[in-house]
Amino acid sequence: MATVRIPTPLRPYTAGNEYVTVSGATVADALDSLVEQYPDLKPHLFNEGKLRSFVNVFLGEEDTRFLDGPQTPITADSKLLIIPSIAGG
Amino acid sequence: MKVTVSAANLRAIEAHGESTYPNEGAGFLLGRQEGDILRIEGVLPIVNKWETGEQYHRYVLTPADYSRAEIEAMKREVDVVGVFHSHPDHVAEPSIWDRDWAVPNMSYFISSIRNGHAADTFSWRLREDHSGFDSEPIEVLNQEAS
Repeated sequence: MATVRIPTPLRPYTAGNEYVTVSGATVADALDSLVEQYPDLKPHLFNEGKLRSFVNVFLGEEDTRFLDGPQTPITADSKLLIIPSIAGG
Repeated sequence: MKVTVSAANLRAIEAHGESTYPNEGAGFLLGRQEGDILRIEGVLPIVNKWETGEQYHRYVLTPADYSRAEIEAMKREVDVVGVFHSHPDHVAEPSIWDRDWAVPNMSYFISSIRNGHAADTFSWRLREDHSGFDSEPIEVLNQEAS
C-alpha cells in the first residue's frame, strides 16, 4: 500500500504518526483514505471540498499539481508527501 | 502557548525584516515544544519567492524551502515550529491573506517595520477552526541590560 508522509504541524491529527499507509489508485483516493483514518485531519487539509492553499501533495519529488493533480495515478509502492508552502502578506 | 526566544534570535528576525524593507521578509522558526512552552532555538531567513513587484505586501516560502528547513531542523535536533515575516509600515497583526494560508500548530511571528526600523514583534497562532489567530505571549531571554 502507498504511504503518505505527514508534516510535523499536522501530526497532532494523525496520532503523532509521521507515515500513514493509504489505499487507492489515485492521489485523491489516497487523501480520502487518509482522512477516513484520521477524520480530525480533514478540516485542516480541505476547505469546502478543495485542498487548502498551503497543502501541496508530492509524489516522490514531483508536485502532483504539475502531474494530473488529484487524478494522478499511484501504485502500492508510491510515496506521497504533504509539504506545506507558507505564504501571507 | 507561551513562546520563548533569545534576544539575539529576536534581533535576527527583526533585522531580516529591516534588510528587506520596503518589501516583506520571511523565514522559519526552529525549536521545540515542551508542554505549553514553545522554545525558539534558531531562525532561518529565506528569500521571499513572491513576484518582485508584489513583495511589499506578499511573501511565499515554497515547498522546497520548507523541505530544506526540515533538513536543517533535523541536523540541529529540533523541529520547524513556526514562521516569521515582516509587515512594512503596517501593524504586527495577521492579515486575511495570512489567515487563508496559515498552517495549524505553528507560531507566526510578525514584525512591524516602520520606516525601515523594527517597531514591534508579536506571535500568533491559528485557531483550530481557521477563523483567525490568537496572540501568544513572547518571553525574551538573555535580554542584555541597556
